[in-house]
Amino acid sequence: MSTQTWTYLVVGASFALYLGIAYWARASSTKDFYVAGGSVSPIANGMATAADWMSAASFISLAGIIGFMGYDASAYLMGWTGGYVLLALLLAPYLRKFGKFTVPEFIGERYYSKTARLVAVVCLIVASITYVIGQMKGVGVAFSRFLQVPYEIGVMAGMAIVFFYAVLGGMKGITYTQIAQYCVLIFAYTVPAIFISLTLTGMPLPQLGLGATMADGSGTFLLERLDQVVTDLGFAQYTAHKGTHLNMALLTASLMIGTAGLPHVIIRFFTVPKVSDARKSAGWALIFIAILFTTAPGVGAMARLNLHQTVQSGPVGSPEGNLEYAQRPQWFKNWEITGLLVFEDKNDDGRIQYYDDKNPKFTATAESYGWLGNELTTVDRDIMALANPEIANLPRWVIALVAAGGLAAALSTAAGLLLAIASAISHDLLKGMLRPEISEKQELRASRISMAVAILLAGYLGLNPPGFAAQVVALAFGLAASSLFPALMMGIFSTRINRPGAILGMLAGLGSTLLYIFLYKGWFFVPGTNLLVDNPQGWICGIAPASFGVIGAMANFAVAFTVSRFTEPPPEGVRRLILRLREPSIN
Amino acid sequence: MGKKSSSASSGYWKANLRLVVKLLAVWFFVSFGLGIFLADFLNQFRIGGYPLGFFFAQQGSIYVFVALIFVYVHKMDALDAKYCTPDAEADKAP
Repeated sequence: MSTQTWTYLVVGASFALYLGIAYWARASSTKDFYVAGGSVSPIANGMATAADWMSAASFISLAGIIGFMGYDASAYLMGWTGGYVLLALLLAPYLRKFGKFTVPEFIGERYYSKTARLVAVVCLIVASITYVIGQMKGVGVAFSRFLQVPYEIGVMAGMAIVFFYAVLGGMKGITYTQIAQYCVLIFAYTVPAIFISLTLTGMPLPQLGLGATMADGSGTFLLERLDQVVTDLGFAQYTAHKGTHLNMALLTASLMIGTAGLPHVIIRFFTVPKVSDARKSAGWALIFIAILFTTAPGVGAMARLNLHQTVQSGPVGSPEGNLEYAQRPQWFKNWEITGLLVFEDKNDDGRIQYYDDKNPKFTATAESYGWLGNELTTVDRDIMALANPEIANLPRWVIALVAAGGLAAALSTAAGLLLAIASAISHDLLKGMLRPEISEKQELRASRISMAVAILLAGYLGLNPPGFAAQVVALAFGLAASSLFPALMMGIFSTRINRPGAILGMLAGLGSTLLYIFLYKGWFFVPGTNLLVDNPQGWICGIAPASFGVIGAMANFAVAFTVSRFTEPPPEGVRRLILRLREPSIN
Repeated sequence: MGKKSSSASSGYWKANLRLVVKLLAVWFFVSFGLGIFLADFLNQFRIGGYPLGFFFAQQGSIYVFVALIFVYVHKMDALDAKYCTPDAEADKAP
């Protein structure tokens, strides 16, 4: 069977499975729709949270980002896992104890204010929409490879499927589908990783393979080899730190508190029966996430090594050392069709030179080789995880599996995000503020309509994305970090923060972060409207836009504390609510 | 809310805060300390083929995070059992 047939078969089978589950577990009440009836076991919820959490960015982009950035990408690894410690220790058990449906609902009651609830809704929607763009991009990449169609059509196909899927599901359907999607995505991620690790190092586990010696009998460690290969081509050393410590620490912190503040993750902890289950569930979620996140560094490093060794098949500098374009492998041709891999023969030698032509120290060396510039003019990082099995010559069914896994990751996260958006609009905005008199049935219909609007907007932005999928996602984290996390945490850990403090704090956090991002990415991400140049030289104090979330959060804390100090303390009822959250519970 | 149960609750809350602060100190040290600020220094040592700082940044910190949450789960379950007397439960009922 051809790869194409395998892919149709595997992806088709996985879709049939999800749709079957979504149909079997469809929602019949608003409690089903918002929190899956509140009856999901902690391990099952952990698995669903992992699928909800691990997005197209984790599955498709993470390994590529690690592969191309090396050590510097550790910010993403630590940020996207370390946030679960904050979530488990500071938020999840208390919000579960609060026992309602949405994140803005907690903020509204804790700060006794519809305005605070509205600000929370706006923060939630902005963060979730930004985040969903990354999923759309990921779906586009996976589909364009899978259907061999242009990226744009891939995005639109993805929109159609995600829409159908989220509307059918509700939280109940989404939960059980996400469990299936977790199994598909983790299987699809680890199988090729094990194959590649075995081939390169003889170690089945990529976690061990990355720290092992090459299987070619040279006795060289894989990481040493990789450092050698990339520096020979003018690229920065793989295991060394390239950026500044400050920026890396801020990015890591922004991703951590952003992770803890993302509503689509938090609402997953409303679905377990007990408070202690919320804590356990966070632990299980992180175990399931860690399986992928500790595999990804191996995949990234090995993919990078494979790519270089394919293109630079012989000694660096000798004309025969570079792959002839006419001899390029099938995977190369497949990815050229998508436009995500582009070759341009700058020195007309019919061979591919792939090196760092932006490195001034390497320019003279490259000229002495007769190289007139890097000829792989586009190597989209996002394709690395998807192309990896092909580059490593793995069996066809493994390649098909990776397509299904990438789609599972994107779809499960998109569904979770759309649910968070839809529940904020229908439950908080419509039922909570505008039309409290609507029936449950009308509320359900409203949430489905708001999903449709969100997905159209996300699709449009997915066609005009402001960066790589993982970096777009990083912006959403900045917003969640600066606005929602501080409001939630102060709501639990302080009895003094009051209505004006919380509202102005959230606005300060959200405003400063949005401003910083728009300065570099353009107003509302419209290309060409950025006021400052988005590169390390242009960043204020070397702080990247994606690293700003934690600073926004500090602004939020500072404003909230100052304003609360000079205004009335919260009423007695709210104080009792906070104290109730802090009580022990065995039920 | 009875006086007895509210002082029990505040003991529970303080024990909880102490636990959280300790665990977050470890969390911070492993990720920001070993994984970022001390990474260049640690990279002169190796664990297998991993430079040590690189190892903490891409593997070690994640294992520690998982362990931290499960320590928290077990300690909190113990605290819940210790402080959750039938009295306190009765107070909490609506």
